[in-house]
Amino acid sequence: MESDKEGGLMTDHSSRDAVIQTFKAVKKRQQIEKIGYFIASFVLVLVVWEVGRATHLVNPKLFPSFAAVCRAFVQFLKDGTLLAHMYASFVRVLIGFSLGIVGAVILGFLIGWFRVVRLIVDPLVSFFRALPPIALIPLMIIFFGIGETSKIIVLTYASFFPALVVIYQALIGLEPIYGRAAQTLGANNWEMFRKIILPQLYPHIITACRVSLGVCWATLVAAELIAAQKGIGAMMVEAQNFFQMAPLVLGVLLIGVISLVMDSIVRAIERRATAWQEKRT
Amino acid sequence: MEQGIIIEGVGVTYQTASGTFEALKDVNLKIEPGEFISIVGPSGCGKTTLLNVLAGFLKSNTGQACLDGKPINGPGPERGVVFQQYAIFPWLTVVENVAFGLKLAANKTAHDRIDEIVDHFLELVGLQDFKKSYPKELSGGMKQRVAIARAYAVNPQVLLMDEPFGALDAQTRQFMQESLLDILEEEKKTVVFITHGVEEATFLSTRVVVMASKPGRIREVIPIDIPYPRKASVKTTPDFVKIRAEIDKVVREEFQKQRQ
Ligand SMILES: Nc1ncnc2c1ncn2[C@@H]1O[C@H](COP(=O)(O)OP(=O)(O)OP(=O)(O)O)[C@@H](O)[C@H]1O
Ligand SMILES: [Mg+2]
Repeated sequence: MESDKEGGLMTDHSSRDAVIQTFKAVKKRQQIEKIGYFIASFVLVLVVWEVGRATHLVNPKLFPSFAAVCRAFVQFLKDGTLLAHMYASFVRVLIGFSLGIVGAVILGFLIGWFRVVRLIVDPLVSFFRALPPIALIPLMIIFFGIGETSKIIVLTYASFFPALVVIYQALIGLEPIYGRAAQTLGANNWEMFRKIILPQLYPHIITACRVSLGVCWATLVAAELIAAQKGIGAMMVEAQNFFQMAPLVLGVLLIGVISLVMDSIVRAIERRATAWQEKRT
Repeated sequence: MEQGIIIEGVGVTYQTASGTFEALKDVNLKIEPGEFISIVGPSGCGKTTLLNVLAGFLKSNTGQACLDGKPINGPGPERGVVFQQYAIFPWLTVVENVAFGLKLAANKTAHDRIDEIVDHFLELVGLQDFKKSYPKELSGGMKQRVAIARAYAVNPQVLLMDEPFGALDAQTRQFMQESLLDILEEEKKTVVFITHGVEEATFLSTRVVVMASKPGRIREVIPIDIPYPRKASVKTTPDFVKIRAEIDKVVREEFQKQRQ
């Protein structure tokens, strides 16, 4: 530990600064290490991939080279089809996810607040949360056709129930003592809701978003695999029909990368929202 | 209309897995406005339970508690509470915690006044350098001081304090005791103060209530006839030492009984 101020007495402040400096340096080194391992794991996958092809462990005719996948990526990017597919997928997820979350927050509060609503909804929730969203796809296609409506309904459903469960659990698990403290300071119902309940629930709502987004994304691809003209799933079906292996593998990789990126975005927001909580690693 | 706090035949039973538990039985006490009542007694004798009845968190099964003639039916801003478990809001910084009550519609306070009041009480509890800290960054004693500042800030008519100085070191505790008496000199308040410290109870109170357990009840009410304002030096006077020893004796008896 070194002080950045030379000479003179080590005041409380300068020693504290020094501690913060060391702490930051350690953090930075850890971050660099993490990035290093991240790259290393990707390189490992690439090596296994190419060695597998070279040694004919996997059939090189069925499994494209990494370079071929990259070429497919560049080509699709250039002719605009990739962006069109991704756009279609994003819009569906965004609409379905948003509708589901908003619905879950509202119903979550009603359940937490009114006993009657809880008693009525509880068994329904238990049933529907056990029902995988993909199971609804055939039914929805018959009801609403293969257009956007059926997909968005399935996605809304997919994001709604996991979020509802998280929010509801959080709501009934709230510490009553903070509400009590606020009441003795004179908080009215609205202030209780806005200043006591919402701040405690906020981290849980973000967790709910994270869970829902994951489920939504998985369901989206399934829905697109079955019936869609545009979307990453549709792109893969098309590639499959024409036996184009590079775009097919590209689709798989894209889905993985996009879920990863979305999850890290939500996690970053989550970290900020829960900065005040004690139990964080 | 009768002023002050009147506790009349208050009994509380808890329903537990192993049956009903009589936490309080027939508690009677009349507290004049401006009085300082300390409650001492062995752990588990129902001190917090009684405070919860006065705060309005708990309905008594028998009898009732009234403030200025009105039955206590729920919590209210005229009765400030310092909780045994602090209960400061972990999602707010120290300043935001202390300012919380002042920003509520019930205590409509002008913006510049809020800063002034918050600064004043943060300085009083010695946390002016931790304004922007979150509770998780504070020690137990510091959290407790935030809770005290938060309760003082809204200037309630009645202060209900549950072992408020329990987590403080001896020097800070002494200072907080004197500060509390200073505040009461300026603004007349009724205080109900739970503590395990007999010396603390003797120093602060107009009367000390000693409770007995199983069932929780009042064993003895001991008046402290030492004039205010009191300074720390009073603790070594013969009068003080005598009353303190007397209370100690009763408390020890109750403690022994509970162990048997
Ligand atoms: N919610 C509850 N349910 C059941 N029993 C309870 C409940 N709260 C308190 N008790 C019981 O009532 C008794 C009195 O509890 P209380 O918290 O009032 O004690 P206390 O005098 O404040 O003790 P301490 O000095 O340790 O804080 C205890 O024996 C406790 O086990
Ligand atoms: Mg207690």
